[in-house]
Amino acid sequence: MESTLDIFVKSIFSENMIFAYFLGMCSYLAVSKTVKTAVGLGAAVIFVLTVTVPVNYLLENYILKAGALDWLGPEYAEMDLSFLSFIMFIAVVASIVQLVEMLVEKFAPSLYGALGIFLPLIAVNCSILGGALFMQERQYSTILDATSFAFGSGIGWFIAIVAIAAIREKVRYSHVPAPLKGLGITFIITGLMGMGFMSFMGIKYGKEVKKADKVATAPTSKPTIQITHINKDQK
Amino acid sequence: MSEVEKKSKAPGEPLFSKKNKKLITDPLTDSNPVTIQVLGICSALAITVQVSQGIVMGLSVVFVTIMGNLVISALRNMIPSKIRIIVQLVVVAALVIIVDQVLAAFLPDLSSKLSVFVGLIITNCIIMGRLEAFAMANKPWPSVLDGLGNGLGYAGLLVLVAIFRELFGSGSLMGYPLLGSPIPIDGHPLGTGLYALGYMNNNMFVLPPMALIIVGVIIWVQRSRNKSLQETH
Repeated sequence: MESTLDIFVKSIFSENMIFAYFLGMCSYLAVSKTVKTAVGLGAAVIFVLTVTVPVNYLLENYILKAGALDWLGPEYAEMDLSFLSFIMFIAVVASIVQLVEMLVEKFAPSLYGALGIFLPLIAVNCSILGGALFMQERQYSTILDATSFAFGSGIGWFIAIVAIAAIREKVRYSHVPAPLKGLGITFIITGLMGMGFMSFMGIKYGKEVKKADKVATAPTSKPTIQITHINKDQK
Repeated sequence: MSEVEKKSKAPGEPLFSKKNKKLITDPLTDSNPVTIQVLGICSALAITVQVSQGIVMGLSVVFVTIMGNLVISALRNMIPSKIRIIVQLVVVAALVIIVDQVLAAFLPDLSSKLSVFVGLIITNCIIMGRLEAFAMANKPWPSVLDGLGNGLGYAGLLVLVAIFRELFGSGSLMGYPLLGSPIPIDGHPLGTGLYALGYMNNNMFVLPPMALIIVGVIIWVQRSRNKSLQETH
């Protein structure tokens, strides 16, 4: 399996929420007119993703997954509630957003001033539910992996929205053809940024690096050592 | 369902009056949910690599917008405004579960290709946007038409983007190879059809960024034809 750090780096760069999966595009396009608001929304997304994905992970593994209800007793071991996952995930996301909003308002009024208006928007941001659904599909083995995936995706989203907001602030002074102004040029710039981010796909992660090393060193090493390598792989 | 429609119809107004027709045709062009209202891009672009995926996704969204608008519009006087978002989410999530289960049962291949994007219809901004902006304030029958119009506007754009991406990216439409086959056979070292002349697929079109650029170009064409849609800055 991949290490926790691999998952973290991968979800920021090569599996970026915006550039690889287009999740959260609506708020990405609507709230990216100035850098200041973009930073606020980006921070709120990091925060909510890091809170909701671990909660949904527990929900998935102890209630929804086939056989997850085993802890209640053997007669529940056959239950498969995974068809309920959409409705449970969205309910968790909506209620946590609501809860976080109330807590932040009560205990950190200054943070509420910065994030407050963005929190209700986030309940219907695709990247939050997308994070939960990717977590379900990829079946992370520990809650730590799921959390690092969520935190990394949040940071990736943050980088994307702050970058496009900075570019849009400058593009306003350029001579863009009239029909492309506003939305059109934003789409095209996002596409170009996506191509830039695709270069991160070349990053090699833990296991792949070891494999590549083995292939590179194999011809120089003695045959007997090669056999031990193969045996290790088979194990 | 027809009973509900008949009851809700304003007395004397024909079922497809001019105003009602406008509800369907407007979202197809001048108030297209994707290119003009900027809603629902989230799940739109990732699944436009093949036309068949685009069609299935588009039809799923049409179903959810129509039924969601109908249900919310019928309940609109009973929903307290403070918890309306949660009520809307629950109704939409229930509809999406139906779509997901039907797809998984009858089209298992496509269902696994669409993966999480069927679930993401729940947070598709078109659906929440239309529920908030239209269904909460209108009677069921106009809401159904509005749902149909916006769903079709979305589906139409998906299919349009998918046609470009599949034709240029893999040289086929709906899975049928239109430009010949790129696989070399006896006597044709480069393949058959256009490929024999040295044509090659543009793999860029299969990658995610190209979807964004295609939508950008579609917006460009649409706004240069209709100047009133242009933005000022």
